Amino acid sequence: MKEPRGIRDRIVAVFLLGALLFNLPLLVIFNDAAAAVFGIPLLYVYLFAAWIGLIALMALTTRHARSDGG
Amino acid sequence: MLSAWFVVLIAIAYLSLLFAIAYYGDKRAKQGRSLIRNPYIYALSLAVYATSWTFYGSVGRAASDGVNFLPIYIGPTLAFALWWFVPRKIIRISKANRITSIADFIASRYGKTMLLGGLVTVIAVVGIMPYISLQLKAVSTSFTVLLSYPDIAATATTRSTPPLRDTAFYVALAMATFAILFGTRHIDATEHHEGMVAAIAFESLVKLLAFLAVGLFVTFGLYDGFGDLFSRALAEPDLVPLFSITAGGGYVEWMTLTLLAMTAIICLPRQFQVMVVENTDERHLEKAVWLFPLYLLVINIFVLPIAFGGLLRFAGGGVDPDTFVLTLPLAGGQTWLALFAFIGGLSAATGMVIVASIAISTMVCNDLVMPILLRIPGLRLTEHQDLSTLLLAIRRLTIVSVLLLGYLYTRLIGESYALVAIGLVSFAAAAQFAPAIIGGIFWKNATRRGALSGLLAGFAVWTYTLLLPAFARSGWLSISFVEQGPFGIATLKPYELFGLTGIDEISHAVIWSLMLNIGCYIGVSLAGAQSAIERVQALLFVDVFRGGAWRSHIWQGSATVGDLRSLVARLVGPPRADQVFARYARTRGVDLAATVAADAGFIQFAERELAGTIGAASARVLVASVVEEEPPSIDEVMEMLDETSQVIEYSRRLEEKSRQLEAATRELRAVNARLKEVDRLKDDFISTVSHELRTPLTLIRSFGEILADRADIDDHQRAEFLGIIVRESKRLTRLIDQVLDLAKMEAGRMEWRLDEVDPSPVLGEALAATSGLFKERGVALDVTLPERLPAVRVDRDRLVQVAVNLLSNAVKFCAAADGRVWFEAGARRGILWVTVRDNGRGLSESEREVVFERFRQVGDTLTDKPRGTGLGLPICRQIIAYFGGRIWIEAAPGGGALVSFTIPCVGLARDDAPDKERRAAE
Repeated sequence: MKEPRGIRDRIVAVFLLGALLFNLPLLVIFNDAAAAVFGIPLLYVYLFAAWIGLIALMALTTRHARSDGG
Repeated sequence: MLSAWFVVLIAIAYLSLLFAIAYYGDKRAKQGRSLIRNPYIYALSLAVYATSWTFYGSVGRAASDGVNFLPIYIGPTLAFALWWFVPRKIIRISKANRITSIADFIASRYGKTMLLGGLVTVIAVVGIMPYISLQLKAVSTSFTVLLSYPDIAATATTRSTPPLRDTAFYVALAMATFAILFGTRHIDATEHHEGMVAAIAFESLVKLLAFLAVGLFVTFGLYDGFGDLFSRALAEPDLVPLFSITAGGGYVEWMTLTLLAMTAIICLPRQFQVMVVENTDERHLEKAVWLFPLYLLVINIFVLPIAFGGLLRFAGGGVDPDTFVLTLPLAGGQTWLALFAFIGGLSAATGMVIVASIAISTMVCNDLVMPILLRIPGLRLTEHQDLSTLLLAIRRLTIVSVLLLGYLYTRLIGESYALVAIGLVSFAAAAQFAPAIIGGIFWKNATRRGALSGLLAGFAVWTYTLLLPAFARSGWLSISFVEQGPFGIATLKPYELFGLTGIDEISHAVIWSLMLNIGCYIGVSLAGAQSAIERVQALLFVDVFRGGAWRSHIWQGSATVGDLRSLVARLVGPPRADQVFARYARTRGVDLAATVAADAGFIQFAERELAGTIGAASARVLVASVVEEEPPSIDEVMEMLDETSQVIEYSRRLEEKSRQLEAATRELRAVNARLKEVDRLKDDFISTVSHELRTPLTLIRSFGEILADRADIDDHQRAEFLGIIVRESKRLTRLIDQVLDLAKMEAGRMEWRLDEVDPSPVLGEALAATSGLFKERGVALDVTLPERLPAVRVDRDRLVQVAVNLLSNAVKFCAAADGRVWFEAGARRGILWVTVRDNGRGLSESEREVVFERFRQVGDTLTDKPRGTGLGLPICRQIIAYFGGRIWIEAAPGGGALVSFTIPCVGLARDDAPDKERRAAE
C-alpha cells in the first residue's frame, strides 16, 4: 500500500491537538464549577465537545488515508 | 421483587444466546462466509474495553471524584489518534509473524525468547487478577442488589460467607465454563476465534443499549432533562466539588490516568486479543479508529447524570454508588429496566472475562507451559504423537485457574475497594508492557536484556506499591507496612516511595514503575549488544512496512518434508496439516510428493503455522527438534541490514540519474553552441561565395554590355574583351567546381577512389600539366623527384590536384622578374614529403595559417586583382587531411614561401604517423 501524502503530518497534528485539548492550560480555563451552559456545567460541555471534535478529525484522517492510499 | 430462579434463568438464557451466536459465527467462518469481516463488528468487539468497570464503576467513580472517570476513555481516543503509527503497525507485524498474544509479540520481538514470553505471561496473569475479581464482584453484587433491594444491608457480602454460598463463586464457575466453551472447544491452525468475536460484538451492543436506557430513564424519567438534574446537583454544596477537577493532585491524576488508558488500550491482553489477533483485515482499523472512541463517548454521556441522580436520590448514603445503575431504576419502580441493566452489566462482565481468559490461556499455554514442557527431556514431548489434546487441557485448566484466582482476589481484597480502584491496579500492571512494545516497534537497538530488566523493574515496583499495600489494607499483611513503611523505614512507604507525596496511589505507582521500567529498558539496551536473531527480529518488526515480505532464507537448516508434516499434524491434526501443506505447495509450485528435503522457506512456513497455534517461542523449540539448524551467518545478517540501506541505495541512484541528466544537458548545450557556430559559418560562407561569384560575373556582364552596345569597337579591342570574358567565365566555372568540391568534402559526401600508388609518376603528371604555365610565365622550375617512392594510399586524381594547385600558386606568387620555383619530393621514415618553394615575397607568420581558410587571399584585396579563387589551399588541406597527412607553409630560406605536405606511406600504422610526421617536418 502506498503511503498517502501528508498522512503522517495530519495524524501527528490531530494527536497533538488532542493532547492539548485534554491538558493543563485549557482544562484550567474551563475548570469553573460555577459556569454553566443551559444548566450543564461548563467543564462537562467542554470535555464532551472537545472529545467529539477530536473524533471527527480522526475520522477525517482515515478518509484521507483511504482517498489516495487505496 | 424478582425471584432468584427467574434471574438465574434469564442470565443463563442470555449466555446461551451468546453461545449460539458464537457457534453460528464459527460455523460461518468454517464455510468461508465470515460473519465478522466488517469494520463495524470489529469496532464493536474493541468495545470489550468497556467492562463492569464502565457499566457500574464509572458511576461510582463519578459520584466520588467527578470528571476523573473520563481520562480512562479519553486515553484510548488519543491512542487511536495515532492509529497510523502504533495500532496499524502492531497489526501488520502480528499478521506477518502469526502472533497469538501480547507475550508472543514481546517474545518474538526480542529474539523469540522463552524467558521474556514467560515473564510477560506471569505479569499478565498476576495483573489480571484484580480485573477479573472486579467483574466477579460486580456481577455478584448486581445479582444480590437485584434480588434484595431495597434491603440495602443485604447487598454487602462478607468474608464470612462460605464459598459454596457465595454468588461470586458460582459466577466464577459459570464464566469459566463459558470461556472454555467459547475459546477452547478445539485447537485450530488459526489464531482467530470468529465466533467469540461475534458474541463479543453482540454483547457490546447490549451493554450500550442497556446503559443508555438507564441513562435516559434517570435523566428524563426521574428528572426533567440534563439542565434540571445538574442545577439541582449544583444546589447541593456537598456536590459542587464534583463539578471541577480539584486543584493539585487532580491534574496529576488526570494526566496519569490518561496515559495509563492510552497504554491499556494496546497492552491489556484482551485488547491486544481483539484489536490485533482477531483482526481479519487491516483496513477495518480505519473505521474503528473513530467508531470505537465514539462508542466510548456515547456510553459515557449518562455517567454523570446517573451519578448525580443517585447522589440526590440516596442523599442519606447507604447505597453503594457502584450500584446506582441498578438501584435507580429499582427505586423508580422499573423492575424490567433494572433487569435489562443487569443483563447489560452481565454482558460487560462476561465479555471481558471470556476474552481475557482466552487471551491469558493462550499466553500461559504457548509462552509459559509448553516451552517448559518441551524442554524437559524426560517427557519426550517433541516425539509425542498427538499434542492437541494436551494443548486443550492446558488452556482449559488455565481458564479455570485464572477465574479462581480472580475469585480469590475478590475474597481476600475486593471488599475494601471500589470497582474502579480495583481495575486501575490491573491497568498499572498492563502499562508495564508499553515500553517493550512501543520501543520494540520503533527502536531497532532495543535488546532482550533491556526489555527483560525493564519489565522486571516495573513489575517489582508495581507489586511493591500497589499489590502488597492492597493485601496490607485488607488485613493480610500488617497495616504498618503501609503506614510506617517496611520495618519502620519511612522512605520506603509503598504509597510515598522516596518521599513522593501529594498524589494518589495509582499515579504514584505509575510514575515510579514506568520511570524505572523505561530507565532500565533504555539503559540496559544501550549498554549491551544484540544477538543475531534479536537483530533479525528487530528489523522484521521495525521495518515491517519496508519490503514487507517475510524473509524466508535467513535461517539455514535441513529437515525432511515428512518430519515437518508429522510435526504440524501432531498439533493441529493430520487432515488440517495435509490441508495447509497442500496450500503451501500450491502457492509455491512445489511438488510435495517429489520433495524430500525441506528448504529454508518450507521450515519457516511450518514454524509460522505452528506459531499460529502455539506461539512463536514454542514453535521454535518444536521446529528446532526436527531441524538441524545453523545460525545465520554474518553475511546473512549483513544482508538483512542491507535491506534497510536499500533506501539509501535508491536515493544514491536517484542522485546519479540527476547527475547524468545534468551531464546530458551540458552536452546538449555544447552541441547547440557548435550548431549555432556552424550555422554562422554557413551564412558567412554563402555571403562570401556570392561575393566571389559576383566579381567575375560583373566583369563578364560589363564587357558583354560594352560589346553589345558599342558597334564602333575595333577588332583588336573586341578580341581583348572577349578574351577577358572567356577567362572570367573559366574562373567562374573553376570557382563553382571548387565550391562544390569543398562542400562535398566537408559534408563527407566526396567519392574517393583510394588506391595504393607510387607517388612518383603521379607527381610527374602534375609537373607535366603545369609545365605549359611555367613556360608561359617564364618561371624557372627546379625539380627533385626520385624515380621510385614508397607507395601511399591516395586518390590519384586528388593528389594531382593538390600538386597542380601548389605549383600554380607558386607560379602566381613568385618574383615577377626572374621567377624561380623549386619542387622536391622524397620519403623519410615511412613518410612521403613534398615541398614547393618560390622566390616571391613570402608570407608573414600570421598569414601562413590564414591562407588555408576559405576565400582568404593574402595581399591587399582592394588594389590587387584577385589571382585565385581563395579555395585552392583549403581544398588541398581537406584532401591531404583525408589521406592522413599534413600541409603547412613556412618561410623559405632567402625569402619566398615554402609549402610542404606529408602523407604516411603504406604499411605504417596510422596512429604513429603523426609522431613520425612531426619528426619529418622538423
